[in-house]
Amino acid sequence: MLGSAAAAAVVASTLAACGGGEGGSTPTLTWYINPDSGGQATIAERCSEQSNGAYRIEVAQLPRDSPAQREQLIRRLAANDESIDLMSLDVVFPPEFAQAGFLAPVPEDVAQEVSEGVFEGALDSATWNDELVAVPFWSNTQLLWYRKSVADAAGLDMSQPVTWDQLIEAAEGQDKLLSAQGRRSESLMVWFNALLESAGGQYIVESGESPEDIEFGLATPEADRASEVMAAVANSSAVGAGFTTASEDTSASEFESDDAGFMVNWPFVYAQAQSKVEAGTLDASVPEDYGWALYPAVDEGTPSAPPLGGIDIAVSAFSRNVDLAYEAVTCIVQDDNQAEYMVTNGNPASSVAVYDDPEVQEAYPMADTIRESLELAASRPLTAYYSEVLGCFLREFHPPGSVNDQTGERTETLTRAVLSGEQLL
Amino acid sequence: MTQTTLPPTEKTQPVSAPRGSISDRSRAERKLGWLLAGPAFVVMLLVTAYPIVQAVYYSLFNYRLTDPDNRSFEGLGNYWVILTDGVWWQAILVTVIITVVTVAVELVLGFALALVMAKALSSIRPVVRAAILIPYAVITVVSAFAWQFAFRIDTGFVNSWFAWLPGVSDTTDWFGGQASSLFVICLAEIWKTTPFISLLLLAGLAQVPDVLQEAAKVDGATWWQRMWRVTIPNMKAAIMVALLFRTLDAFRIFDSIFIMTAGANNTESVSFLAYRQTISRVEIGLGSAVSVLLFLSVVLIAFLFIKGFKVDLAQARGER
Repeated sequence: MLGSAAAAAVVASTLAACGGGEGGSTPTLTWYINPDSGGQATIAERCSEQSNGAYRIEVAQLPRDSPAQREQLIRRLAANDESIDLMSLDVVFPPEFAQAGFLAPVPEDVAQEVSEGVFEGALDSATWNDELVAVPFWSNTQLLWYRKSVADAAGLDMSQPVTWDQLIEAAEGQDKLLSAQGRRSESLMVWFNALLESAGGQYIVESGESPEDIEFGLATPEADRASEVMAAVANSSAVGAGFTTASEDTSASEFESDDAGFMVNWPFVYAQAQSKVEAGTLDASVPEDYGWALYPAVDEGTPSAPPLGGIDIAVSAFSRNVDLAYEAVTCIVQDDNQAEYMVTNGNPASSVAVYDDPEVQEAYPMADTIRESLELAASRPLTAYYSEVLGCFLREFHPPGSVNDQTGERTETLTRAVLSGEQLL
Repeated sequence: MTQTTLPPTEKTQPVSAPRGSISDRSRAERKLGWLLAGPAFVVMLLVTAYPIVQAVYYSLFNYRLTDPDNRSFEGLGNYWVILTDGVWWQAILVTVIITVVTVAVELVLGFALALVMAKALSSIRPVVRAAILIPYAVITVVSAFAWQFAFRIDTGFVNSWFAWLPGVSDTTDWFGGQASSLFVICLAEIWKTTPFISLLLLAGLAQVPDVLQEAAKVDGATWWQRMWRVTIPNMKAAIMVALLFRTLDAFRIFDSIFIMTAGANNTESVSFLAYRQTISRVEIGLGSAVSVLLFLSVVLIAFLFIKGFKVDLAQARGER
């Protein structure tokens, strides 16, 4: 991704710029990472080496779940914490950080370089007010996982796009589970947004500067259709007993059980099943029965709009080494780093070309499906007030079985009231 | 226990110091007391009064941490928003339910455990005390996770162990509804903090003079009569202090709810509401107002206990 001549030029210029005051010591960049299986630390080490002493990247670990990561970062940045240089941000957060002025503007040349060959959805999530504010690192998407045996028995042709109604019918008919995430957390928004986008709607139609200008798309027939599908799934006999508390992990373990039928989930479930087979806690025939397809559509003929997740890398506006930090980012998001990260840590790349890597192809038999899914993927509502939007959504849409055609409108009213400071959340 | 008319407290008070007007010596002692406690008192003021005053100040503003430039004075607007919102009253209701249930159960259980600790054979007494205290030594977050794992539908054993109970089956989703979630939350709280209350009550038990017990025995009082007429009236102060501390504590419940339900199914407490506004939404103004209201509730509870039940903190420590 990075031309070596350009890199050398950047290194030389920043070295010259820093050389004066620093007295020759190597500047240290601190990269706040989300916990992973050590992949980001490896990349940090490699890029430090490749910089030839221009910088050294140290990683600092953030809490496990993304709201807690945001809470820590936002409080530090609000206090102008200079110890943060780079941060791994969940794709829903860049707008809030950018609007607050916490992110250093992406230099023109860097923006151009890191945008090349990146999935559209991933770029969208890192863009705010028509400017790239963060750099896509890896992108996640949910697939429709199915047990080949169950789909066969139900007579469902999985090579064709399937709808949620078909899945409910097939699972109920075979007395098998349809696993989704009904828990009161981010994952419920992930699900609803995918339904809404597939129905042709949008959670936020127009995001303005101030909360009053935000135009929601919740009091629409599309939102009603999405709600209808959500309630139909939640109230069907095909979901597990603890559906209102089911997380991605719950779904994954349901899908490993004998009752497994269908599931929407992130690709980690495949690697997880493989490692369980290696550890001897799962029969090898189980993952062999796994099939995958594009995320289900709301209606026949509507497009599939799979959820988009992942991590963007942002540079703090309070960093003392913004130029070096951006240099480090361009190193981190190189294709070979992304490919290795995908193979070793199970997180899909945001660069399209990585999916042609033979190692990736080997480790991920479903790599092509993931790529296709990422090309169609729709981001969750991009807004500087994401945590309010999410909080209001969860208050009205949980439990998912009680959702009806009024829920969308109620959520819109509540969100407006909360954003204008008239109601608590 | 309030039904008892026997014995008047004056008679039973252990006499440790003569009463009367203040002598020179006690005046000097009092001065020394202030000198010794003074520095700690100042530090306490700094670390508690300052944040409280700052929270009160912030609560008058519309202040978002990510948008400090648009900070605007709201007066009591934040309080109006909170007090006219159903969410606040829902949180108050949940908090009161949890407080009343846990404190009531803990008092009974804690008293029983205190009796066990007091009466246990001296050879096993240290072991009994240590065993009873273990839950209190467990970090709340850890205990919340443990209870959550036990009751969860996928990892839990409770459903299969108690399937013989009516209403419990393999598919009972404890965290799927308000009442069942609150039940588990209360259970975890009770398990964890009963040792605290029993420890305070044990101290109270030790204060009941043996002479009174012996006198009652000689008069032919049964065990039950001695319990109601001698033991409990004599440790009323200790009971009240234990109740006061636990009520204040229970009213601020946060960890268990945060871990177990994250506020789903209307299980949000007042602390949780303050957390949501201040930490998640970074609305410092609104969040501070919730915190101030929580603080006022706690002050009110303490006031009611101390004035209403005439709890004397000094008496409980055996100072008078």
